[in-house]
Amino acid sequence: MTSDSPVRVKRTLVQWLKGYTGQKYLTTFLFLLIPLVLLVLFTIIPAVNMGIYSFQQRDQLGVSWEWVGFDNYIRIFTDKDYLSTFKNSLYYLAGSFLQQVGALLIASILCSKIKFSGLFKGILFFPYMMNGVAVSLIFRRFFQKGDGITNTEGTLNSILMLFGLDPVRWLSNPDIVNFCLVFASIWRYIGFDIIMYIGAIQSISPDIYEAAALDGANAWQRFRYIVFPGIRPIVSLQLILAVKGAISVFEIPYIITGGKTGTSTFVIKTIETAFQYQKIGLASAMAVVLLAIILIVTGIQKAVFKERR
Amino acid sequence: MKSTETKVNKKVSVKFTRALLQVPKYAVLIFCCLLVIIPLVVVLIGAFKTHDEYISTGVFELPSVPQFENFKIAFINGKVMQGLLNTAIILAVSCFGTIITGTMTAFVLQRFRTIFTRGVKAVFLFASLLPNISMQVTVFQIVSKLGMYDSLAAPCVLYIGTDIISIYIFMQFLDNISLSLDESAFLDGAGYPRIYWSIILPLLRPAIATVLVIKFVSIYNDFYTPNLYMPSKELGVVSTALYRFIGPYGAKWEIIFAGIIICIIPTLIIFLCLQKSIYSNLVTGSVKE
Repeated sequence: MTSDSPVRVKRTLVQWLKGYTGQKYLTTFLFLLIPLVLLVLFTIIPAVNMGIYSFQQRDQLGVSWEWVGFDNYIRIFTDKDYLSTFKNSLYYLAGSFLQQVGALLIASILCSKIKFSGLFKGILFFPYMMNGVAVSLIFRRFFQKGDGITNTEGTLNSILMLFGLDPVRWLSNPDIVNFCLVFASIWRYIGFDIIMYIGAIQSISPDIYEAAALDGANAWQRFRYIVFPGIRPIVSLQLILAVKGAISVFEIPYIITGGKTGTSTFVIKTIETAFQYQKIGLASAMAVVLLAIILIVTGIQKAVFKERR
Repeated sequence: MKSTETKVNKKVSVKFTRALLQVPKYAVLIFCCLLVIIPLVVVLIGAFKTHDEYISTGVFELPSVPQFENFKIAFINGKVMQGLLNTAIILAVSCFGTIITGTMTAFVLQRFRTIFTRGVKAVFLFASLLPNISMQVTVFQIVSKLGMYDSLAAPCVLYIGTDIISIYIFMQFLDNISLSLDESAFLDGAGYPRIYWSIILPLLRPAIATVLVIKFVSIYNDFYTPNLYMPSKELGVVSTALYRFIGPYGAKWEIIFAGIIICIIPTLIIFLCLQKSIYSNLVTGSVKE
């Protein structure tokens, strides 16, 4: 703005605002005003607070608080109650690997010559669009154990009984409940992965594929040497997203079991700690830990993708 | 004569083995589709039963006379109607807000490469990594201090203010809109606000459609934000209205089923109408990283 060129000095502020640079800065200011206020209020201030609170012991209102150093972090990694939620993430992580394999299989079937492929695709994708509460309630009923008075056997037990098997207590048995929740989670999300993989497979030139078929490559060889290398970036992206997803699981266990019978996840525990036990310091530390994990995984993702290019 | 016969036979047998190879493919697909459909069919059947029928019949048995009473109870007493209304208000406000603020932000960040905009871009990138649900631990205080707790304003403002994916989609799309368009308009005397409004915004229409689809799915299905910020009974949205069925209708699954069906219908209609664009739009939305 203050330039020593004599022509510029003569220009008034109004003229400057009408010029190219002035317009640029004025527009930047006007257009970013609201988004930046929102960003500061709902992202930056909370993020900074989160960092500060994680070293404090404080309640929701912040009336009484004191510095506690790394106590909150130490508790997360030593208290069995909190550690077990990491273990539960492993179920979801394993589940999402299965989900990727299944999605890849279904996607490659749907990309071959199949009748009604649009219909199959639609049916398999639709759960992804469904409301999470609806999905969770559907699976509450699906895994329900009848008590003979107010409830009949749920869907899964009814199917088992058709085959002459005994009904099982799916959701109250801590050994199997997590598998049930993972199943519900796969049911909900697999359609999305199928669509992703179909997109990736279809982007491979059909010429290479036909040439290989003419050269006598069988289905497995075509998959192994043509399809798989072509979709590898998507596969690795999906695997990384699976890690982030596994640590951030929330809705399905929160609504189906309420995090009881050993199904609590890291995020459920964070929310419980903050709003039920009113321990904002500890909950903030948990949020920071989650963020750190996400940052590490994102870093790995960036490194992997740079290497590919 | 004989050789042609064997040729034909060979052709037939090749065709036959090919068809045979198709069988496992269809078997896998049909099995998976059944896995998706069966839990839903049980809900659909159950929603039309009376309570006595629900207690006394198996899940796959059809009701003797289909009942519509459950839908009425879920819709009115269960406050699903109010939930749909509140969801519609929140959707309209947040979609409008996101499109205006998102396109403006993207326009400035993509078109003006100054140190300031680069800095803002970096902050947005970092913000997109923050875990949404865990962040509410500290966002909650801000929302209550601003006096928005337990009002429709809370989710609206959060959906508009923390939506970074939309900004990325708009920026990606702007990359492909030629800069010379802006420049020639500028030389013709149009200011930047005018360029944004008359040239950029109309050209962004496909990106806006993408954002609208993503927004609809994420807001309509969001459970945690309204559950945390709007505990009042009158402020239920579709998700929370349905979640609150667990208490009073805990033993009346036929009413919960009816609620589920009502809640899925809008999604189903949108899915059937926009199927193709939904596939491509949701995928675009996810590959932003």
